[in-house]
Amino acid sequence: MFFVIIESTRSAMASIFAHGFRSFLTTLGIVIGVASVIAVISLTQGLRASVGQQFSALGSNSLTISAYTPLQDQMQGRRARLTPDDLEMIERRVDGVASITPLLYATRSSQIRYGSQTTFSQIMGTGYAYREVGQFYVQLGRFLANSDNDTRRRVAVIGDAVRRNLNLPENPVNEYVELGGEWFRIVGLLEPKGDIMGFNQDDIVLVPFATMQSIQGNQAQTDIQIQLRVSDDADVDAVVRRVEAVLRSTRGIEQGQRDDFQIQTPEQLMATVDNVIGMVTIVLGGIVSISLLVGGIGIMNIMLVSVTERTREIGICKAIGAKRHHILLQFLIEAVVLSLLGGMIGVALGYGLGSLVAANIPGFPPAAVPLWAVMLALGFSGFVGVLFGILPAGKAANLDPIDALRYE
Amino acid sequence: MSLIELQDITKFYEMGEQTVRALDGISIRIEKNDYVAFIGSSGSGKSTMLNILGCLDRPTSGRYHLNEQNVENLTPNELAAIRNQEIGFIFQSFNLLPRATALHNVMQPLIYRNVRWGKRKAMAMEALRRVNLADRVHHLPNQLSGGQRQRVAIARALVTNPSILLADEPTGNLDSRTTAEIMQLFDELHREGHTLILVTHEDEIARHCKRIVEMKDGRVHRDINTVTADAQVSN
Repeated sequence: MFFVIIESTRSAMASIFAHGFRSFLTTLGIVIGVASVIAVISLTQGLRASVGQQFSALGSNSLTISAYTPLQDQMQGRRARLTPDDLEMIERRVDGVASITPLLYATRSSQIRYGSQTTFSQIMGTGYAYREVGQFYVQLGRFLANSDNDTRRRVAVIGDAVRRNLNLPENPVNEYVELGGEWFRIVGLLEPKGDIMGFNQDDIVLVPFATMQSIQGNQAQTDIQIQLRVSDDADVDAVVRRVEAVLRSTRGIEQGQRDDFQIQTPEQLMATVDNVIGMVTIVLGGIVSISLLVGGIGIMNIMLVSVTERTREIGICKAIGAKRHHILLQFLIEAVVLSLLGGMIGVALGYGLGSLVAANIPGFPPAAVPLWAVMLALGFSGFVGVLFGILPAGKAANLDPIDALRYE
Repeated sequence: MSLIELQDITKFYEMGEQTVRALDGISIRIEKNDYVAFIGSSGSGKSTMLNILGCLDRPTSGRYHLNEQNVENLTPNELAAIRNQEIGFIFQSFNLLPRATALHNVMQPLIYRNVRWGKRKAMAMEALRRVNLADRVHHLPNQLSGGQRQRVAIARALVTNPSILLADEPTGNLDSRTTAEIMQLFDELHREGHTLILVTHEDEIARHCKRIVEMKDGRVHRDINTVTADAQVSN
């Protein structure tokens, strides 16, 4: 059997290269199909890899807790809030928390002014612990201190993008900027961190939490986010469960009622991103696999023509002793080799295409083709070859030797 | 037992509502190292005869023993094996594979016998040398003359060392000089001990043979032994 396969492959290759141009056109459908699959996968996988890297920079053991109002309640005008009291309860009653910090986003105005320059930025009130939690480190000056919070000092730590947008000097420390009608002294400049999914992490202004609260006005309405970092020796899941239990009891949520808050881990975020990318991959993959199918039909078409064209040759081979499986395998292997060659060219072309696209979109991560995608593409094109080769090969193998010899 | 034994072989074709009796009860024996020509006008059944002898076709009824083997009830694959091992075909239109060189054409039947590449090549070279084509082995059929092509076909038939060589109008497409060459080759093969069966309508060719079977309307009309000039006329 092995011998037959080798010999059939040999003669299949000979006949493919004998009709080089026709073979190329035949397999073009597969080439284009596989190339588009690989291009799409290389782009989405590149994206996924880079997003994964960015999330791991966030720290895999930091949790974000925020208020969550189900849509039904929102329509009834109710709104869940997370307050500094909740933070205090977690701080007091949950073990395994390395650092915890409130986050209060500016709700009124995100406008900052320096001299005649005005810009908008993400302004957050937070505390000393955010340095650890959010992995923000200063390159110049200092981070927010606990005393800044206690005395509601009007100080700010800014990201590098803000410095550039405001035309602040290289060392902006001790310069004053105007935020919501108050003057803030810059005490620190953060190290550049880059983007996470289009959100520039350097376009950020951090002020003390209490200061933020005071300039927001109505303190009873405060809705904060809590960020905490789980200590290295503690189990993230256990901490999540504990936080859940504490918040449910302090907020008086009865059994059977849903949480009015949500706890997000970077893994969850990553899983969400994975989900989205997976969906995109499946949808696009589905579309391009149709083109593979069309490519397969193209191969079948040419193989059927080729069988008719070579009827006499088949008759000769049968007359000199070819058995059914000799003929069957020769044509089947020819179809499979054709589509596998197409698959290989397609993989190379698709990777090239993906790299080209990735290189030409600014900020897009480099294309990456995982091995499974290559194996899948080759496996699928081989399968297409078998699927669409079996009919012409069967037709060839079933020819009657005398009829085939008489064929003109 | 004879090399070939046919008993009451018939072959009927349905042509629309008519039944064509291509062979109508043929009984014949062919011995080893026989040199037989089937002659007859067209439609006399001689080609059908050759197809059945070559296991390309099956008779409608009758018995066929080839080399002490009953061929009637074999499957298509078993018939293919018989064609490969027992029979060497030589056709009027040569029937070489157009995209294969002379060497590859001669190697082809050995593939179906699972002979390895190196051995196959050596055997094919030997067969081509036998037909004096050792200097043309890498030529494609369309680079060879008619006589050379037929010699490639003969080499292909010889390479498997078959029990019988079947030739269907082997010189039909050749000029008289080449015909003489090919017939000389057949005579030599006969002298070497091969069993040859020819189908022809040229008396010139038939005269080379030891035995001439004349066919008419699907039956054996005359069976002449040219060596003893002893003719058996049936009917």
